[in-house]
Amino acid sequence: MNSMRLRPPRNRVPSRAMGWWTAQSAVFALPLPLTFAILWAGIPPTRELFMWFTLISLVPGLLYMAVMPFWRYRVHRWEVTDEAVYAASGWLWQQWRVVPLSRVQTVDTLRGPLQQLFGLSGVSVTTASTTAVRISGLDSQVGDDLVAYLTSRTHAVPGDAA
Amino acid sequence: MTSGTLPTAPRDHRGRLSARLMVVGLGVPAAPLALFLLSLLLTGGETNLQVLITLGSLFVTCLVVGGFSLSRLLTTRYRLTGERLELSSGLLFRSRHSVPLARVRSVDLTANPLHRVLGLTTLRIDTGGQGTQGGRGLRLDGITAADAAELRRRILQWREASVPEKAADLVCELDRSWLRYAPLTVWGVGGVLAAAGGVYRTLHEMKIDPLELGVVQDLVRHFGSVPLWYGLLLATLALVALGVACSTLTFIENWSGYELRRAEGGVLRVRRGLLATRSVTMEESRLRGVELVEPLLLRWAGGARLDAVTSGLGDRDENRKRRMLTPPVPRPTALQVAGQVQAGEGLLDRTLLARHPRVALRRRINRALIAAVLLAAVPAVFGLWFGPAFLVAGAITAVLLAPVLTAFAFDAFRNLGHAVRGRYLIICSGTFARRTVALRRDGIIGWKITRSPFQRRNGLLTLGATTAAGDGVYKVRDVPVDQGLHLAEAAVPRLLAPFAEQATRPS
Repeated sequence: MNSMRLRPPRNRVPSRAMGWWTAQSAVFALPLPLTFAILWAGIPPTRELFMWFTLISLVPGLLYMAVMPFWRYRVHRWEVTDEAVYAASGWLWQQWRVVPLSRVQTVDTLRGPLQQLFGLSGVSVTTASTTAVRISGLDSQVGDDLVAYLTSRTHAVPGDAA
Repeated sequence: MTSGTLPTAPRDHRGRLSARLMVVGLGVPAAPLALFLLSLLLTGGETNLQVLITLGSLFVTCLVVGGFSLSRLLTTRYRLTGERLELSSGLLFRSRHSVPLARVRSVDLTANPLHRVLGLTTLRIDTGGQGTQGGRGLRLDGITAADAAELRRRILQWREASVPEKAADLVCELDRSWLRYAPLTVWGVGGVLAAAGGVYRTLHEMKIDPLELGVVQDLVRHFGSVPLWYGLLLATLALVALGVACSTLTFIENWSGYELRRAEGGVLRVRRGLLATRSVTMEESRLRGVELVEPLLLRWAGGARLDAVTSGLGDRDENRKRRMLTPPVPRPTALQVAGQVQAGEGLLDRTLLARHPRVALRRRINRALIAAVLLAAVPAVFGLWFGPAFLVAGAITAVLLAPVLTAFAFDAFRNLGHAVRGRYLIICSGTFARRTVALRRDGIIGWKITRSPFQRRNGLLTLGATTAAGDGVYKVRDVPVDQGLHLAEAAVPRLLAPFAEQATRPS
């Protein structure tokens, strides 16, 4: 038995997706240390306590913001062939999804406010199974083309989608 | 379907919900009133703002609920015309449902105890459709038993006239000796604790501390007079006895009159229930496999339960509630039913499954030890403040838990296995509940492969087969990359292969 492994999907997302992931992680990581910092500055008698709180909550947040986007960028890839959609995502915990086009039910575009800011969009491919395949951080134009392509292909490829 | 037997317009049958439903509607707000009176009684006529606010809001909620049920009563109408049953309801949001009688799979009459007292019934029509509530059939909640029987008779009569009644073969029916498995469902004890917690919370909200009631105080005093270990033993025994009683009663209520039938045309029908009859119809064309579930206690007693892996039972929660094909039964019986429902007797046989590598065992042992350390850390952290007694307790916890959890880890490893058998992919895993699933290969609609940092270091992956049925994803945990990809290729040829490559060096 010859040894096999998964190859990474062909296409990367544009590098500005890293900016989007950094912004996204900032939204999660910064509010708490910011609150502590304001308290630190605003209530003199508790200075020492809140200084520690600020630092303790800030350091992991900054680490996350520094590491996660690059790592995710390295993992995050996608590919569409004549038969299937293939996408890799995640960073520490990584995920690879394969869905045959014959089983695709709907194709949607997701575009959150942050993604729009960076000119990005996401594509969600749904089958009869409960979990959809999401390719996020695509260039908007590429995303639209992908949706158009998938929609036309899913009509063309025979299958019961069930 | 011949036109001669079709009912014509003059034979329309129409009706509405029973006026007795009014009693139910008015009865709902009565509950908080009764609670309020009870709290007055218990506290000796005193009351305070918090009690008033709590019960007041409860009362308003109940008033709204009661109001809804009244408006439903006044606006709901049903009509049986020629070939369809029509239902219109709603005051603000009017809705109309219409079900073609030809698509009716089953007509069920159920009555909850309150309905029973008032002579009311819920009529449920199942069309076997998929997805939304409306697509699956309709419910008439609260018509009189006589009306319900009449409506059912008419629907069945129409069906018999148009579609000859299909013969249904009995696959499995209730055996009273199965009752011995009833106490082995863990939920009994959990249920008792949950109920006790609920009662305590309610009393607490009403400003009554149950710990200060006379009865409880007496009990505590008596407990104080016996040694602690004896008291704990007694309390545990009482709890277990209550739990056993609860789960036995639940079993009887859930599974009395159980039978599994297979009708011609590929329909499986499960019927069960004492107070409320439940009836679930599954189309074999939607069936994607079967799953043998063996919770720990049940497994030790040689029992198992069989679930269907199917779509068309509603959303995830409803699927979970309705997918059972058998109650807890002896393992051979479950296997036999599995063999009859899906082709092949030895389908779920665990003996010839491919094993997983030793690294998977290490992963499980690591997890067990981490869990033991975390649990032991709780008393140990207390020890930092409250003295060395807690540290000792922490050490004892760790020493006791580590071997027990490690034993579970070994068991979990032994239970891992997978195979491709004919048209099925077989996956087995789990220790607290061992699950052996036989998933039809043509029901697999994609792969979901996940790798944690540990798995990447050790060349493992978790291969998830996504499907439209059951839980949506069935996972083969911790297989070597190479073996996992070959398994995927064997199960669904040419789906994953274009994305795999020869490894130049071990990954």
